[in-house]
Amino acid sequence: MNNKPIGWNGKTLMKMLEESEKYIKETKSYYGIDKLKLKEEDPFKYERAFASLRGALVSARETALHVAASPIVKEIGELCFALYTPEGDSIVVSTGILVHVHTMSEAVKFMVKEDYEQDPGINPGDIFLNNDPECGNVHTTDVQTLIPIFWKEELIGWAGGVTHQIDSGGITPGHDLVSAIQRFDDGTYYTCRKIGSNDKIWKDHMINARRSVRTPFYWELDEKCRLAGDLMIRDAVLEFIEREGIEYYKQFIREVIEEGRRIFQERVKERLIPGRYRAAAFFDIPMKEEAWQPRAKIDKVSNQPLEIIIKNDGSMLLSFDGASGPGPNPMNCAKGAMEGGQWVLLTQVLIYGDKVNDGAYFAVDTDYPIGTWCNPGDSSLSYQSPWGNLIPAYTGMMKCLSYGLYSRGYREEIVPGYGFTGDAIQGGGIYSAGPLKGQRWSLSTFEISGQGLGASGVKDGLDWGYAMWNPEADLGDVETWELFQGGIPYLSRRVKPNTPGHGKYRGGANYEGVAMIANSKEVDFFGARDGYCFHGSGGMHGGYPHATGYRLYAKKTNMQEIIQNQKEYPLGDPDPSNGEFEKLLEGDIVRKKYCTIYPIILENNDVIYYALSGGPGYGDPLERKVESVKQDLDNGIYTNDLVINIYGVVAEYKEEMGEWIIDEMGTEILREEIRAERKNKSLTFDDYWEQERWKITEDMLSEPVKRMYSESLRLSTKWRKEFLEFWRLPEDFQLEVK
Amino acid sequence: MVKYDKKTLERMIDGDLTWEELKPIISGTKDPDRFDKIIEILQEKVSWDEKIILPIHEHLHIVSKDGKRIVKCDCGYEFGDYKENWKKKCRIRVRDTAEELEEFYPKYMSSDPDWMELREYFCPGCFTLLDTEAVPPGYPTIFNFLPDIDAFYKEWLGRKAPDR
Repeated sequence: MNNKPIGWNGKTLMKMLEESEKYIKETKSYYGIDKLKLKEEDPFKYERAFASLRGALVSARETALHVAASPIVKEIGELCFALYTPEGDSIVVSTGILVHVHTMSEAVKFMVKEDYEQDPGINPGDIFLNNDPECGNVHTTDVQTLIPIFWKEELIGWAGGVTHQIDSGGITPGHDLVSAIQRFDDGTYYTCRKIGSNDKIWKDHMINARRSVRTPFYWELDEKCRLAGDLMIRDAVLEFIEREGIEYYKQFIREVIEEGRRIFQERVKERLIPGRYRAAAFFDIPMKEEAWQPRAKIDKVSNQPLEIIIKNDGSMLLSFDGASGPGPNPMNCAKGAMEGGQWVLLTQVLIYGDKVNDGAYFAVDTDYPIGTWCNPGDSSLSYQSPWGNLIPAYTGMMKCLSYGLYSRGYREEIVPGYGFTGDAIQGGGIYSAGPLKGQRWSLSTFEISGQGLGASGVKDGLDWGYAMWNPEADLGDVETWELFQGGIPYLSRRVKPNTPGHGKYRGGANYEGVAMIANSKEVDFFGARDGYCFHGSGGMHGGYPHATGYRLYAKKTNMQEIIQNQKEYPLGDPDPSNGEFEKLLEGDIVRKKYCTIYPIILENNDVIYYALSGGPGYGDPLERKVESVKQDLDNGIYTNDLVINIYGVVAEYKEEMGEWIIDEMGTEILREEIRAERKNKSLTFDDYWEQERWKITEDMLSEPVKRMYSESLRLSTKWRKEFLEFWRLPEDFQLEVK
Repeated sequence: MVKYDKKTLERMIDGDLTWEELKPIISGTKDPDRFDKIIEILQEKVSWDEKIILPIHEHLHIVSKDGKRIVKCDCGYEFGDYKENWKKKCRIRVRDTAEELEEFYPKYMSSDPDWMELREYFCPGCFTLLDTEAVPPGYPTIFNFLPDIDAFYKEWLGRKAPDR
């Protein structure tokens, strides 16, 4: 028990947090700061101070991942560090998976609000661990280590580090558990728990942690990695104070956050237009056939409507009013995770560069309605894979901001969205032969870090290179993945045709892979991605959404015979209607239109397929340059049968030249024909309205769609009112889900 | 202050800049006169005389006509008051069968029409594809963007809108 407050000037931390919240509410500025005095008095010193702290954090991250880290953390840098004020506001951040900068902020605030100062106490050298989404995290496989930083007897900040684990001991192996439907399936929970003192992790904690997960070695390495980084940050902060003085530090951290807030508003004024922006994104949750648990057998579309209001002062209101409900699935998303997603994307679209910190968070008012998927307010639910809602939902924000960027003329900054970071194939097994016999391997390839980015207003999207949660996305080296998932060696990776969203500028493209189970037993396998619905909010300004995922695997195959006789085996699935699996393999081949599946058991020689995601397109495809379409054909990005239909390009492959030759006259004629077809096959708005309304009133909607509407209509008065007004439905209108 | 000449911006809009030319524009400080230059470029591209107040969408502009602010296409088609959703004047095709979706996507690689349909919004004048919506059947048409034009000009640019 602590009796003497550890906050500034004899205050408790809770008092400091209350004051901070009061200041922002009443003055709209961080800690009521009117003038950036330190910056004005000596801008060079101020900037040097920021750069030194920023450098210390980047250095801590780079060093820590080499001190000790699991392969996934080391290979693609699935970690980040941040420095926080005593109340938990981020001051400066490292590089890496920045989605977690704000989530850790919520974890600190949770500890302050729960009065950890009194019990269990916050002392120099203490170590706290958190992975609970309900108090500042995304899912249980993101694990945070937070340490307090003291100067004499006052708490002057927190250092926090987060890494992503391959496994956290949930219902099945993996990091995004499709089959988790309640908290008790999510794996081991550390709810802001003290796990060490005097800079040392307690032995009993580490014994417990090792016995709580399937990959104890990786867990322990990453605990050491995070603590090492945190201690480096603490040292750097204390050196900073020695150099600049404690009073400078205290004033500096307030001013830097306030400057971050002002930079955000100035950037909004520089790049956007005041007004109202809207988009709607969706994700399919097809669990009726898949779920084991009776109450989880529900098919549903998740409704993710977004409205952004840009106010005259450059501040922003972001609202998910109308969102559908949570449910017995792992995709429920806590408020802190939503704020993390919002923050990480704003750092990429608007506030990249200088003073990236929680200032941007304070410049945005948010509405994540309680009781919806984006703020369920129920800690008994599963939060194991909130990405299923969070990732598609924020394509809407990208699109809304892009409308403003277009109007302002900054078309090069437009990004209508991105691909889902899937097909996240997961699972694992036990080696049944070889030098590692008896040991467990985990399937957790982070190739998912390389998705297609949406097209901009002036060029095609980035191919196989984007993950919304990490501005420095990197899909890593295949050799590294094979090191720790050796029971499922790759048979191939190659470009997957027809993944990008069509458009004047196409979305980013992506690739596919085939792998086989070998030398293993007790193998679980599952995966997740969009399937029944196009991902997110689709294309922009006439661009189309990128292709959906699907599930393909083969059991009881003749792969041994194929290998022994050196026969051809499938290298991909370039044409799903005429599959290589069916042509080249004997066995039980399974294809599913949807992509999110519960775990299945695989045996040696079973073959799995996965495809990564493209990105959405921009602009009318008929305006795509013919030479760009030729390049797509030559590179296998698109196939000719689709190019004819959507781009109106007539081309012929010349075997002897090894390239596609465009028929320019034929293309011109075909494009005119497509325009004529658009006229002939389209409806007036009134006819379209009648047709769509009929689907609602005549009970033509499918069960998952009705479920979505019934939830949104129940959860939001405003959304309900607009829905009824648009379709001119009676006030007592209801959609029954049987 | 960073500035780009009109020719460079025109080439950028047309997708003609090389990556070496485009990269510094993306990475660098933004040019504050961009808005005015883009409007000049767009105004020169259209055959009609109404003054563009705000480019609102690829091919669509808010213009001043007879004292009213309306949405107008490059081709000259007028969609009416900018405060009304211009999509209500569009011609629309709804792809809500597997057959229609598979014209544009391989089998297994598009939405299931029971879960999601694909709407195409065309300009009734030139039949340019202006927007698509990938939404569950029965979803209300989305009103993408309603700008506050006067606040933008007066409070952010420090001058009156061209029609005021």
